Amino acid sequence: MLDQDGPAAPPRTNGELVFESPWESRLFGLTMSLHEAGLFDWEEFRSLLIEAIGIWDAERHPEEDWSYYEHWAAAFEKLLAKKNFCASAELDGRVAAFSRRPHGHDH
Amino acid sequence: MAAIHEHGTPGIELRVEALESLLIEKGLVNPTAVDAVIKYFERDVGPLNGATAVARSWLDSDYKARLCEDASSAFAELGITVRDNIIALENTTKEHNVVVCTLCSCYPWSVLGLPPTWYKAPAYRSRVVREPRKVLGEMGLKLPESVTIRVWDSSAEIRYMVVPQRPDGTGTMTEAELQALVTRDSMIGVAQATAPDAK
Repeated sequence: MLDQDGPAAPPRTNGELVFESPWESRLFGLTMSLHEAGLFDWEEFRSLLIEAIGIWDAERHPEEDWSYYEHWAAAFEKLLAKKNFCASAELDGRVAAFSRRPHGHDH
Repeated sequence: MAAIHEHGTPGIELRVEALESLLIEKGLVNPTAVDAVIKYFERDVGPLNGATAVARSWLDSDYKARLCEDASSAFAELGITVRDNIIALENTTKEHNVVVCTLCSCYPWSVLGLPPTWYKAPAYRSRVVREPRKVLGEMGLKLPESVTIRVWDSSAEIRYMVVPQRPDGTGTMTEAELQALVTRDSMIGVAQATAPDAK
């Protein structure tokens, strides 16, 4: 059997975290679930992602400000609004409601 | 102030949480399904799939030919289902292939898992097409001028993976031992496969 770890172990992982924060993984999971349900074409989402990244690239921000999944989030929100799955106003409302929760809220 | 650098604009965590709660309410996503997707990409897919095919191709040149001709079928022979359209590129002593997605992050997920952070970052995306030898050198891979470097830009339609050269001194190794030498980075093309004495 193959070793699980150590020098003789095959590269099972990338050797680094797949997601740097839990929100990245949730966002990714939401997008993939919706896609697997057949609710949008990958190319529709990808075009919006490319657009968001392109704008950031053109604005020449310092490299250390780069956050890949931030652009993913922006693209995903746009996609949801475009397909009438979730309007921005609705999302903003939910964000506002959540931010009014008392500290230590268990979610 | 927190010492940890938080990625994304402040409040992004809350925003994603709000998104998830709305999408669940609307019946568009099922939280168990979301958990399963995350687990799959965090645990079940990774470079082992790619490494398995590379190791097999080092031992069997007919398999290597099939892999480079029709990667999906070649992976299927090994019991690995490939969901994307993947093209495998063979590195030789004269030609070195390296992969990028200049526009976003297209990557052969099925066989390598999700891409590393640097692959998606602006510096790699823009520079590796323009000055590949220099970028590879910075990443620790020095290739002589006699080696031609080909940069392949992935898209949603075609994801590329590199079949790195077999390292010297591996003649008596088993397939499992060979698999252990095939790193994720060597299948992107920014490194060679690990040499046995380096371990």
